[in-house]
Amino acid sequence: MRIVVSIKQVPETTEVKIDQAANRVDTEGLTRIINPYDTYALEEAIRIKEASGATVAVITCGPEKADESLREALAMGADEAFLLSDPAFDGSDPVATAYIVARGIEKCGPYDLVIAGRQAMDGSSGQVGPSLAEELGVPTVSFVRKIEELKDDYIRVQRMTDDGYDVLEGPLPMLITVVKEINEPRLPSLKGLMKAKRVTIPVWSAVDIGVDPARVGPAGSPTKLSKVAPPPPRAGGEMLEGTPEEQVRKLVARLKAAKVL
Amino acid sequence: MIPKAEAKNIWVLAEQRKGKLVNVSLEAVGLARNLAGSSSQEVWAVLLGKDVAGLAESLIQAGADVVLLAEDDRLAGFRDDPYVDYLTHLVGVYKPAAFIIGANSTGKSLAPRLATRLGTGLASDCVELSWDQADGLVATRPMYGGNVMATVLCPEARPQLASLRPKSAPRPVPDPSRKGRIEKADLSGVNVRDRVRLLEQVDTAGDQVKLEEADIIVSGGRGVGGPEKFSVIKGLADACKGAMGASRAAVDAGWVPYTHQVGQTGKTVSPKVYVACGISGAIQHLAGMKSSDIIVAINKNPDAPIFKVATLGIVGDLFEIVPMLTEAVKKEMG
Ligand SMILES: Cc1cc2nc3c(=O)[nH]c(=O)nc-3n(C[C@H](O)[C@H](O)[C@H](O)COP(=O)(O)OP(=O)(O)OC[C@H]3O[C@@H](n4cnc5c(N)ncnc54)[C@H](O)[C@@H]3O)c2cc1C
Ligand SMILES: Nc1ncnc2c1ncn2[C@@H]1O[C@H](COP(=O)(O)O)[C@@H](O)[C@H]1O
Repeated sequence: MRIVVSIKQVPETTEVKIDQAANRVDTEGLTRIINPYDTYALEEAIRIKEASGATVAVITCGPEKADESLREALAMGADEAFLLSDPAFDGSDPVATAYIVARGIEKCGPYDLVIAGRQAMDGSSGQVGPSLAEELGVPTVSFVRKIEELKDDYIRVQRMTDDGYDVLEGPLPMLITVVKEINEPRLPSLKGLMKAKRVTIPVWSAVDIGVDPARVGPAGSPTKLSKVAPPPPRAGGEMLEGTPEEQVRKLVARLKAAKVL
Repeated sequence: MIPKAEAKNIWVLAEQRKGKLVNVSLEAVGLARNLAGSSSQEVWAVLLGKDVAGLAESLIQAGADVVLLAEDDRLAGFRDDPYVDYLTHLVGVYKPAAFIIGANSTGKSLAPRLATRLGTGLASDCVELSWDQADGLVATRPMYGGNVMATVLCPEARPQLASLRPKSAPRPVPDPSRKGRIEKADLSGVNVRDRVRLLEQVDTAGDQVKLEEADIIVSGGRGVGGPEKFSVIKGLADACKGAMGASRAAVDAGWVPYTHQVGQTGKTVSPKVYVACGISGAIQHLAGMKSSDIIVAINKNPDAPIFKVATLGIVGDLFEIVPMLTEAVKKEMG
């Protein structure tokens, strides 16, 4: 079995600066980490490897420094890593990103299972996983909270829904996106990090993976980010003073005035 | 992708689960009605499922001009394959200009696949949608855990897809005098790949109000102090006919199941009232509830960051305040 995990490198925090003059988010100088959701995807793949002997490949599309996140994934227990990096990829929207990652996954070899995170912490779109499945032509189950059974050509999973969960089964190859509930990710070991330093990670450009230049970057993306702004400030808060009884009475009166009680 | 010049009308996915329309679909119909305004655009509700024709009338009363009824056994329970295959077919036949889908667990899975299949763009988890003569759909969506609001356009590709966060538009008041028509979709000859089987649907929420759909959410954090003590939080939630939420600290401690977690790695909610009890207000928690209409904070530490976003704050012991509040609410609700 060969599993591919699709990860993204993101800023460590969501407290970012907005450069209003340039109309963009400024993440310069922030520490970059593996998207926290993707650590669940990685952990699940590594557990499958430990339980039944799979190969785990990890892939990302990003700037050259995304290489560090791939090495961290190797240190957690992944076997191979691939970096898709080309200035032409900058500014791709999720549809274009999924197209790029799909061509990268196809170049890196045959696969049985692709695992992605539920969403990236920065863009928070949650699109790339399902879109990637569509590009690859494989079935998807999103929001997987448990793999119940996995065989060479078959998988049965629990998918988190708004009411509880669904149990679904289907053939491999398949793509799943996973939620936090699925496991508790390990940290990369120091020894693993040392070893991962020496691994040569292939870096593939647009030409290497044969993507159509008209379908990547800002010009190749169907959506455009026309503006970024801070969220509207919340109306000034009010502290309810007095004894506990008075505080509760004031609160109930306010909620009644707002017609929510 | 369909030609821009031929695209018209605003579509909404009318999702039903077990024969009942989900709230966000009705919210989306009401929103689409406003977007269509007095222009020549019609609002179409695309109703997918098995034996669901009976739901058409409530979609018309909510604001749909046309209900596009697509019935098939394979549409009974949600699976990406048949939903995407049939929707692709319908989009090709009727050529909508915009298509709004609820950003719940169904829509978040389906919409990206559909966007890629159709070669069009998607703005996901939008909190606001407006209509512009030149650009069509103008979408506002949070990024970076709600710390950045982005305006997303889809200038050329059609239909413009958007998924709408539950509770970000009001639920329309049904208008029994509204007239609309029902269009039965011809699904014969559509090539459907049906690769994933649905074996079981487990409803762990039971009769409880769902977090995403609740008008009032009462959440507890580490300040609650233990699993049994969460009955205090649950008591207030029940009295308000609302849902119970929790911070990650409470979930990680094993006091409440993960399905209740609100925040960056949990659920994003936007109720009319969010009551945070014994929650400090870490940025990751705020990411999941900051867009609530009214935030009430009950915390014994006057310097807790939650008070910076709270509409109404009470400095006090939750074990004193919450039971008293529960009694007062019970009295109000009769
Ligand atoms: C990548 C990442 C993702 C995360 N995702 C989430 C997420 O999705 N959701 C989330 O909630 N957190 C998330 N967190 C964790 C977050 O940073 C905080 O650690 C967490 O929200 C703290 O929970 P808390 O407010 O319940 O606990 P604390 O911060 O410990 O606060 C407890 C509060 O209770 C008050 N208190 C104590 N006793 C009482 C009493 N008797 N009456 C009244 N008040 C009392 C205290 O004054 C204090 O303010 C995430 C963190 C990271 C790094
Ligand atoms: N640039 C990327 N390279 C590889 N995988 C990605 C990339 N962006 C997103 N993903 C994957 O898609 C998931 C959803 O991301 P997003 O759609 O950006 O919220 C992430 O959790 C990753 O698994």
